[in-house]
Amino acid sequence: MARTPSERLTFAQQLDRLEEIVRRLEAQELDLDEALKLFEEGIERLREARERLTAAEAQVKQVLSDKAGNLKVEDFDG
Amino acid sequence: MGQSLDLFAAVSPEGAWTVTQVTRRARAVVEAGLLPLWVRGEISGFKAWQSGHWYFALRDRGAQIRCVMFQKDNRRLPAPPQDGMQVFLFARPTVWEEKGEFRLTVVDLLSTEAGGLWQLAFEKAKAALAKDGLLDPARKRPLPPYPLRIAVVTSPDGAALQDIIAVTARRWPLAQLLVLPTRVQGEGAELEICSALALLCRLEGLDLAIIGRGGGSREDLWTFNHERVARAVAALPVPVISAVGHETDVTLCDLVADVRAPTPSAAAEAATPDRADVLAALAQLGGRLARGLAGRSGRVAERLDRTLDRLTATLERRLERHGHELSGLAGRLDALSPLKILERGYALARDEQGRVLKRVAQFPTGLRFRLRVTDGDVAARAGES
Repeated sequence: MARTPSERLTFAQQLDRLEEIVRRLEAQELDLDEALKLFEEGIERLREARERLTAAEAQVKQVLSDKAGNLKVEDFDG
Repeated sequence: MGQSLDLFAAVSPEGAWTVTQVTRRARAVVEAGLLPLWVRGEISGFKAWQSGHWYFALRDRGAQIRCVMFQKDNRRLPAPPQDGMQVFLFARPTVWEEKGEFRLTVVDLLSTEAGGLWQLAFEKAKAALAKDGLLDPARKRPLPPYPLRIAVVTSPDGAALQDIIAVTARRWPLAQLLVLPTRVQGEGAELEICSALALLCRLEGLDLAIIGRGGGSREDLWTFNHERVARAVAALPVPVISAVGHETDVTLCDLVADVRAPTPSAAAEAATPDRADVLAALAQLGGRLARGLAGRSGRVAERLDRTLDRLTATLERRLERHGHELSGLAGRLDALSPLKILERGYALARDEQGRVLKRVAQFPTGLRFRLRVTDGDVAARAGES
């Protein structure tokens, strides 16, 4: 499979982290150093998320089981 | 067959038929005289045997007939009939030789009641599911907002699958669709669906499942009303959207799913966020991020300004104090200046070389020297003392 589970989780997590960063920046409780660091991380995550959204192309697979009962995942061309 | 037997010979004991001969003959007569036909009446004494065959009587006020409906015929029906139910039977009249019994071999059975057997079966299964808490609204799970792996249980050649693929590709191409192909109608389809669902349970990292098919007749949709299918759907480890394409008829599968969609396309829409919306939300987050930092640095600049102000003020105060001290010092220096003394009328004597002459011995008679008074020098000469 193209994506590992850990990679897979990251879109929702990316957004969560991004929202947390924005909230913390908006709370204005940080010193400038921390704020800058967070801002940079936020920009990076924003860029990654946007990239994932624009680069993605839907994949369709089909799941079968062979005689031994093993899962087989193959490209679906229906 | 009895045909070869002489009917006239049988009028005397010598020509007697065997039981088998009589029943066989009766069967032939009945089957030849009564072709398959529709019969209506009330079900009575219903019994389903282990073999799957159904036995019951069909009766009205005046008579009753023993009936059998074999498993190969009754398995097309959603549920067995109940005693007292008014039904239409399509049946072949015959004689059951072993028991010498006149009988209907039932090929089809329709209930005359509203919804009929289908409704009955539906209600029965629904009650069983409700009893186990599977219809409890509190069981409904929320759908994940950004699913990346979506399983689809449906026919691989149906329009339903094409719709789901098209909608997902348009709205949320981040998702991977995992199709679990199965028949969705016809005999044994419910078992195939259950196998597909079992396979689905073994997939890792799934976010969501869609199960469904396009519209069809009530019989076509019936697969999704099997209690077995409903239980398998209820047991799925991930949230599931059911789309058994029929706006009006809700299936048991719909009832146990976390979300019911009216069509497969609607299911795909419910399953996925729209990429454009997420991009817009990202842009908004970006704006907030920038404003957050700007506010932050604005405040820092303000604080720097304030610090600078305080520093300047301190410096100024210091300078001021120093200023006072300096002018006091200057005053004191001024007071010590010899010129001030001269002002008071003193004079300073110096020789031609500028040396100060302080003692009498330094003034030999005739010495030329200079006197410094407050407003200038005077030439002088020492005389006789």
